[in-house]
Amino acid sequence: MIYLQLLWTFIKIGVLGFGGGYAMLSLIQHEVVDHYGWMTTTDFADMVAISQMTPGPISINLATYVGYTTAGFGGSLLASFALCLPSIIMVYFILKLFMSKKNNALMTNTLKGLKPAIAGLIFAAGLSMMNTQNFPDFGCGQYNISVIICVLAFVASYFFKANPILLIVLSGIVGFIVY
Amino acid sequence: MKNLYFCRMKKPLQLFYTFFKIGAFTLGGGYAMLSMVEKAVVDQKKWIPNDEFWDMIAVVQSLPGVFAVNTALYVGHRVAGAKGAFAAMLGAIIPSITIILLLATVFREYRDQPVVERIFKGIRPCVVALILAPSLRMIKSAKVTWKTAIIPIATVFLIWWCKISPAYVILAAIAGSLIYALVINKKAKGKEAES
Repeated sequence: MIYLQLLWTFIKIGVLGFGGGYAMLSLIQHEVVDHYGWMTTTDFADMVAISQMTPGPISINLATYVGYTTAGFGGSLLASFALCLPSIIMVYFILKLFMSKKNNALMTNTLKGLKPAIAGLIFAAGLSMMNTQNFPDFGCGQYNISVIICVLAFVASYFFKANPILLIVLSGIVGFIVY
Repeated sequence: MKNLYFCRMKKPLQLFYTFFKIGAFTLGGGYAMLSMVEKAVVDQKKWIPNDEFWDMIAVVQSLPGVFAVNTALYVGHRVAGAKGAFAAMLGAIIPSITIILLLATVFREYRDQPVVERIFKGIRPCVVALILAPSLRMIKSAKVTWKTAIIPIATVFLIWWCKISPAYVILAAIAGSLIYALVINKKAKGKEAES
């Protein structure tokens, strides 16, 4: 049963995952945390950090991780394969269709319209992770170190395009020292 | 000598090897690997001409799914057919799967250690920032105006507040964008006909 759920979940994500790894993050979060309850938001945050720090496509990393924690080795292979399955079918059958210039223009314009929605999707994923599990010292009347880390990381990432891996390592060091 | 040996390998195997290397060593997701793919496939092996490669990447980019996998499938298929596509895809994902399996096993073992917990307590708020930042950058690059700001705001509201599945939101957004694209295409055609 869990295998079927994994298969269906990741096929769905493979079909609807427009806009790269981060957009898929939102889909994965909804299924894994909200819908099936396979993970808590803390588990999810840890998983994203690990997937971000390791080489390879982040969505494959996430699929493997989710599959492994829910159904072991077999689950990890199944989830990754399920994520690729729609792509395999698409590259074989649909790619030829989009090769023509007319369809390509339509596709590009559709994607342009889709972009603001995808951005909102990703933002919502970030918002859903803003809770007391991920910000344990929020509202405790002490120094809100987690909030400071979040704000500094945001500024570094948004304004200075800092390397995400560097930011994760730095905040890990800060956590080690402070907590 | 190493190169000589490499050239004697069958094409699917070469594809596997090329994408395996890219999958194992590129940090930072799909777009970071693009220049590596270009270097290997277009510059060194000359499997695909430069302009064709970039035209196709533009198409591949607009497809849903894992960008790196889509690229591997396209390049593999173009160079060596079905076998090539399969080999390239496996090359792109096997390093990821292996590394994550190893890490997940280790992490499961040590996650309750106080040291690990402390480190991850610091990392979690950073991860939240790392998700929020690119979404805002995306809004900027999509040239969202005050009028179109309703789209991302509505998306956030539906998913975060109403807990509606992002899947439905994406489907609705695709329908809306498709209509928008059809209107734009029609307008463009009308202008062509006028001139």
